[in-house]
Amino acid sequence: MLIAASLSALVLLSLLAVVAGGREITHRLVHAGCAAASLGLLIGGLTHLGTGPGGSPSIVLPLGLPWMAAHFRLDNLSALFMVVVDLAAVAASVYGIGYCRHLPEVRRVTPFFPLFLFGMNAVLLADDAFMFLVAWEFMSLASWLMVLADHKSAENRHAGMVYLVMAAFGTFCLLTSFGLMAGAGGAYTFTAMRQAELAAVPAFLVVLTAVLGAGSKAGLVPLHVWLPLAHPAAPSHVSALMSGVMTKVALYGLIRILFDLHGEVPWEWGAALMVIGGVSAVLGVLYALFQDDLKRLLAYSTVENVGVAVIGLGLGIAFKDAGEPALAALALVGGLYHIVNHSIFKTLLFFAAGAVISATGERRLSGLGGLLNRMPWTGTAALVGAGAISALPPLNGFVSEWLILQALFKGPGLPHWAMKFGVPVVGAMLALAGALAATCFVRAYGIVFLGRPRSLAAARADLHPTPASMRWTMAVLALLCILLGAIPVTVTDALSAVVQPMTGLHFAVSADLGWPWLSPVSSTRGSYSGTMLVMVGAVLFAVAVVLAHGLGTRGVRRADAWDCGHREDIPETQYTGQSFSQPLRRVFGTSIFLARETVEMPEPGERSPARLSVRMIDPVWVWLYDPISRAINFIADRVNRMQFLTVRGYLLMMFSTLVFMLLVVAWRQQP
Amino acid sequence: MGAGQISYDVAHLIGATVLMAGLQLLYQRRLFAVINTFAFQALALAAAAGWQAHVQNAPHLYVTAGIALVFKAMIVPFALHWLIEKLGIHRSVETAMSIGWTMMAGVALVALSILLVLPVTANAAALTRESLALAMSVVLIGLLMMITRRNAVTQVVGFMALENGLILAAVSAKGMPLVVEISVAFSVLVAMTLFGIFFFRIRERFDTLDINDVETYRGDRQ
Repeated sequence: MLIAASLSALVLLSLLAVVAGGREITHRLVHAGCAAASLGLLIGGLTHLGTGPGGSPSIVLPLGLPWMAAHFRLDNLSALFMVVVDLAAVAASVYGIGYCRHLPEVRRVTPFFPLFLFGMNAVLLADDAFMFLVAWEFMSLASWLMVLADHKSAENRHAGMVYLVMAAFGTFCLLTSFGLMAGAGGAYTFTAMRQAELAAVPAFLVVLTAVLGAGSKAGLVPLHVWLPLAHPAAPSHVSALMSGVMTKVALYGLIRILFDLHGEVPWEWGAALMVIGGVSAVLGVLYALFQDDLKRLLAYSTVENVGVAVIGLGLGIAFKDAGEPALAALALVGGLYHIVNHSIFKTLLFFAAGAVISATGERRLSGLGGLLNRMPWTGTAALVGAGAISALPPLNGFVSEWLILQALFKGPGLPHWAMKFGVPVVGAMLALAGALAATCFVRAYGIVFLGRPRSLAAARADLHPTPASMRWTMAVLALLCILLGAIPVTVTDALSAVVQPMTGLHFAVSADLGWPWLSPVSSTRGSYSGTMLVMVGAVLFAVAVVLAHGLGTRGVRRADAWDCGHREDIPETQYTGQSFSQPLRRVFGTSIFLARETVEMPEPGERSPARLSVRMIDPVWVWLYDPISRAINFIADRVNRMQFLTVRGYLLMMFSTLVFMLLVVAWRQQP
Repeated sequence: MGAGQISYDVAHLIGATVLMAGLQLLYQRRLFAVINTFAFQALALAAAAGWQAHVQNAPHLYVTAGIALVFKAMIVPFALHWLIEKLGIHRSVETAMSIGWTMMAGVALVALSILLVLPVTANAAALTRESLALAMSVVLIGLLMMITRRNAVTQVVGFMALENGLILAAVSAKGMPLVVEISVAFSVLVAMTLFGIFFFRIRERFDTLDINDVETYRGDRQ
C-alpha cells in the first residue's frame, strides 16, 4: 500500500515538474517530494526484510499489453535492493534540494528524476518479463535524458550516444534472455519461468544473454565503455544514483535470472563471472588511477566495485553447483554486502564531488587542492567515503571484501581443477584491485582536499558555502559507512535471510562465536569484529587526540629556514595527480594502455619550460569497439547501395525472399 | 462420386486454365498478345468464380464473377489497348531474361506451389487443396512476370495477373466476404488509372516506357 502510493507519487511529481517547471520553488518541491516517496519505499523494503523470509503474493494489475496483466511482487531479494536503491534515492533527493539551485539546466533534470526513481523501483517489483523490461527502459531512458541535460557540449552528446547504443544492446540481450526462458508458449510471468525446464542450448543462451544484458548496464569490462562517459555527464546527484544504484539494479537483474528464474547454472558460468569480475576490478581501478577528471575517476571506480561484487556472485554459483550451499551463501552474502556498501560510499563520494564542483566549478584534479580547510564538512565526509571504498577497517568496505576473500580462500576445495587453480588467481586480482583502489583514493583525496589550491577557483571555494541539505546528507551517509562497518553481524544476518531461498540453506556467518564476531569459516580460521574494532579505534583516536593536542602543542615552536618547503607559495611544486600515479603508470600503463612518455626539451637559451607529455590508449576502444564500429560502417556502406536499386531489383529481392521462405517450408514439410 | 466428381473436375479444369493462361503470359512476345492473354485469363477467372458460385450455392460469388468479367476481361484490356495505340508504344515485349528460362522458372514455381500446398493442407477438402496450389502458382508467376519484363505495360499486366491469382484463391476457399473482393477490385482499378497517368507522364518526359531508361533520371541518386 505504502509502496504503491509512493510509486504513484513519483509519477505525479514528474508531471508537476513538467507543468510548473518555470518556477524555482517547484524544483525544490519535487526533490523534497521524491525524498518523501523514496522514504516510503525504503520503509516498505525494510519492513518486508524485517518480517522474515517469504515473498508477498503476486499483485496483478490490468496494465500493459491487452492479453497480459502486469504482475508485481515483493520478496526478500527485491526488498533488499529496494532498500539499497531508496536509501540512496532519499539521500540524492535531499541533496538535490540544495544542489538543484546551482544547476544551470534544472528544467531538463527535474521532470525525469522522479521517473528515474520510479523505473528503478518498478524493475525490482516486476514479477513478469514484460513489466521488468518496460521498467528497465524507463530507468535507462530517464537517466539518458538527464545525461543529455547539458547537451550543448559535444562531449555530453557523445556520451549520450554511446549510452543509448549500449542501453539498447543491453535491453536487446535481456529481451532475448527472457524470450528464451518464456519458451514457445510465451509464459512471461516469473512464476512460469521458474518452473520451466530448459534444454541445454537455450539454457546456455539464457545465461549468456543475461550476463551480456545486465553486464552492460552494470558496467562489466568490456561493456563498461558508456559508464565513464555517461555518469559524469549527468548532474552530480543523478551521477550518484546512476553509479551507486543503477548498476545495482542491473546486478539485481543478473541475480534474479541466474539464481531465481534459471535456477541451475553450471559452475563454468561461475568461473566465467569470476574472471569477468576480476578483470573488471583490476582494469576499472587502473583506469580510475590515471584519470584527471574527478567524476570520471569515480565512475571507473564503480567498474571496479561492480567487478568485486560479481566475483562474489560467480563464486556463489560455483559453490552452489558443487553442492556446498554454506560456502555459496558466504560468497553471496559477501557480494550482496559489497553491493549495499558500494551504493552508500559511491553515492557519498559523488555527492562530495558535486559539492566540490558546485563550489569551484572545476572537475579536473589538476585544478583543485587544499579544499579540506575551505570545505570541512565535505572534506571529512569524503575522507570517510574514501576510506570505506579503499576497504580500510573498521569501515563497511572492508567487511564485504574480507567476506569475499574468506570465501575465495575456500575455493581450492572445489572439485574442478580449473577452479582449484583459478580461484587463487582471482583472489590475487581482488587483492591487487584493493591495493590499487587504496592508492587511487589516496591520490584523489590528497590532490583534491590536501595541499594547496592549484587554481584560483579552488582557493576561493569558501566563498560558495555548501547548502545545509547537501552537507547533512553527506554526513549521514558517512555515518552509515561507519555504522555498517561497526555492526557487520546484524547486516550479514539480514543478508543470509535474503540468500536463503537462493541456496536453500539458512546460513549464519556468526555461527561459531556469536555477536559481534564474524567467523564465516570456523572459529579458529579468520574472525572479525567490526564492533570491537570501532570501539577500540574510537578509544585510541580519543587518546591520540588528547595526547597530540594536550602534549604535542605545549612546547615552544619556532619555524623558518626551509619551512617545510612552504617558503614560496608555488602550488606547481606540489605532487600532482599525474606525478602521483606515474610509478604505477610505468608498471601497468606501458603494457595495458601502451602509455608512451615524450620529453620536449627546449633549445639551450630558450626560456620555455621543458614538457613531459604522456600518450595512452584505451585498449577496450582500440581493440574491441573501433573494429566493431568500423565493421558496422563497412556493412552500412554496402547495404546503402540497396537504397538505389531499380523497381525490378526490389521486386526481385522480395520475390527471391518469398521463394526462399516457401522452399524452407516445403522442405520442412517433407517427412 | 457422381455430381461431386463433376463439380470437382470442372473446377479443376477452369483453375488449370487460369494457370495455363498465366504461363502463356510469360511466353508472349507481343504486347497486344500479352493483353489478349490476360483478358483470356480474366475470362477463365470469371468462369471459375461463376462455377464456384453455382457449386457452393453462394450467390455473392456471381458478383465476383461479374467484377472479373467486366473490369478485368473488358475494361482493363481495352484501356491498355487504347493506351498503347494512343502513345504509340513499341509493340514488342522487352525481356530481362530469355523466354525459355522464364518458362522454366515458371514451371519450377508451379512445382514449388504444389509441393508446398498439398502437404500443408492435408486435412482440407480436395477441391480447396488443388485450387490453392493453382492460385499460388498464378500469384508467383505474376510476380515472376513483373521481374523479368522491362516494359511498364507488361509489369502492369504482371501485377493484374498476380491479383487474378489472389481472387482465384479467394473464390475457392469458402466464406470469403464479398466486401474484400470488391475492395480489391476497386484498388486494382485505381492502380490501373494511376498507371495510365504515369504512362502518359513518363512518356511525355522520357519518350520511352522502358523502365531502365527512366531509372537513370532518378532525382534522389547522388
